[in-house]
Amino acid sequence: MSSASSVEADRSYADFPPVEDVRAGFWHVGLAAAATWALAAVVIQMLPDIDDFERTDLLAQIAGGIAALLLVATLAERLFRFTLPSKLREQGAWLVLISVVLAAWELVTAKYTILPRPFFASPQALLEVFTDDYPRLWDSVWHSVLLLAEGYTIGAIVGFIFGAAVGWSKAVGYWAHPVLRLIGPLPATAWLPLAFFAFPSSHSASEFLIALATGFPVTVLTWSGVAGVNKAYYDVARTMGANQRFLITKVAIPAAMPSVFVGLFMGLGSSFSVLVVAEMMGVKSGLGWYLQWAQGWAAYANMYAALLVMALMCTGLITVLFRLRDRLLAWQKGLVQW
Amino acid sequence: MVGNLAEAPVLAGAAIDVRDVSHRFDLDGKFLPVLSRISLQVAPGELVALLGPSGCGKSTLLRLVAGLEPPTVGSVKADGVEITRPDPSRVVMFQDPTLYPWRTVRANVSLGLEARGLLRSQGHRVDEALQLVGLTHFATAYPHQLSGGMAQRVSLARALVNDPKLLLLDEPLGKLDSMTRVSMQKELVSLWQRSGFTALLVTHDVDEALFMANRVVVLSDRPASIVADITIDQPFPRHRGDAGLTDLRREILGLLGLDVDW
Repeated sequence: MSSASSVEADRSYADFPPVEDVRAGFWHVGLAAAATWALAAVVIQMLPDIDDFERTDLLAQIAGGIAALLLVATLAERLFRFTLPSKLREQGAWLVLISVVLAAWELVTAKYTILPRPFFASPQALLEVFTDDYPRLWDSVWHSVLLLAEGYTIGAIVGFIFGAAVGWSKAVGYWAHPVLRLIGPLPATAWLPLAFFAFPSSHSASEFLIALATGFPVTVLTWSGVAGVNKAYYDVARTMGANQRFLITKVAIPAAMPSVFVGLFMGLGSSFSVLVVAEMMGVKSGLGWYLQWAQGWAAYANMYAALLVMALMCTGLITVLFRLRDRLLAWQKGLVQW
Repeated sequence: MVGNLAEAPVLAGAAIDVRDVSHRFDLDGKFLPVLSRISLQVAPGELVALLGPSGCGKSTLLRLVAGLEPPTVGSVKADGVEITRPDPSRVVMFQDPTLYPWRTVRANVSLGLEARGLLRSQGHRVDEALQLVGLTHFATAYPHQLSGGMAQRVSLARALVNDPKLLLLDEPLGKLDSMTRVSMQKELVSLWQRSGFTALLVTHDVDEALFMANRVVVLSDRPASIVADITIDQPFPRHRGDAGLTDLRREILGLLGLDVDW
């Protein structure tokens, strides 16, 4: 048996000749990106600014630095036997576009003021926010992430347990269903005045609201996941001597996990909006508060910087969630890639 | 569970006694009779085919013997003990493999041992079962990577790992292609001959019943009652063209009202 299978294996290998050293060709797009980044650096450095901007030189240096890195990477790949990560190569066209957009943005703001100031901040003004106001910005990110993590974790855990109970037990479902139908669709932000009044601190009130916003979709989708488990899965386990505990933890919950993750994803989305509203309305820290503060001082560059950081934070957290899902649900076919 | 057979694992089959069983479904307040006064005795180690038209209630009878549902009227006993709930000594193999997609092949086969807390002490039986169905190399694969025949083999291994005294086969080969079906019929028969368990095979394929079973119990349309109980004396291994089987096929098709159409 084993010798037969090894002979078979030899024959099947013989069908495939050894793979030749397939190397990607010269990275033309990379060279083009180096050129456009260099051009952007020239535009930023050489044309006179309309006003005294602090960070024009630094911005030009960054653009020039990117151009130099791209040039070195492109040529080094050609001259030495090493291969750039294919992910970087795939993003070549984006690198070109970003440099072009940066140069255009520079021209219509800092150089010729075609777009009115101060609503449209220049790239170097944004850069200045990051170089000069980073302690406050970082502090805001940290507080936002902390608040979000606390509220989201509580909401996700409670929603998961509650949803599993509703899906599993007819009695729990009987009492919970009408309540969920009435309260669930209410936007969590509608509770804001009541929560700020009822909770001892704006922090705990915001935690409650974020947990509420997360909990509803997680509950409903865990419930629907558990209720929708193929009944034959239970029959199989029961004929093999499984008890209730086994049926819940080893059959119902794993089978419901794809649905649970949809709930966690939706909950994360609604928790973002509650976080920002709560920080704008009462909490004295975080990115929402920073936005509000920047608006009060008409510091539009700070606002754009905070929006950019917030976007990175949100997409980063969703990426973490999707990585976790990919790891736990590797058995599923055709997962959506984030 | 019954200790007195522990010394003789070669003849480890259960005796089944179905007595005056009638059963009905409750469909939104309307009763649908499914089984009508069924009485059936199966000796240890027999392989009995339940043959009947589609939807007649054969699978329901199997579910009652498995203990997944209680009969409306009558009693079902295994080795003289009333069947009130499922038990690992009576394992069902369904028409769909019903493998858990989130578990690997090995973890699927481990299911019964894990559910009873025996995985640590008797884990070697998982490998033996996988070897028995020839899927050792696929132990780490996930169900969506398997063909229909392979999935059904995993389902068989998952049943066998429990060392059943009674194997309940609910049209287990019904959805396989005809080539895979023929080879798996042969494998099931040789497995049954080696292991000595009792088996109930639900099928609507006359040839499958004739190829595999000691006895063929022919059921009527719903509500099912027993039309005939035919013993098949042909020795194993059988062949489809065996002379004795041809006559039996005609007789059984006649009982099912299909002889003129064949």
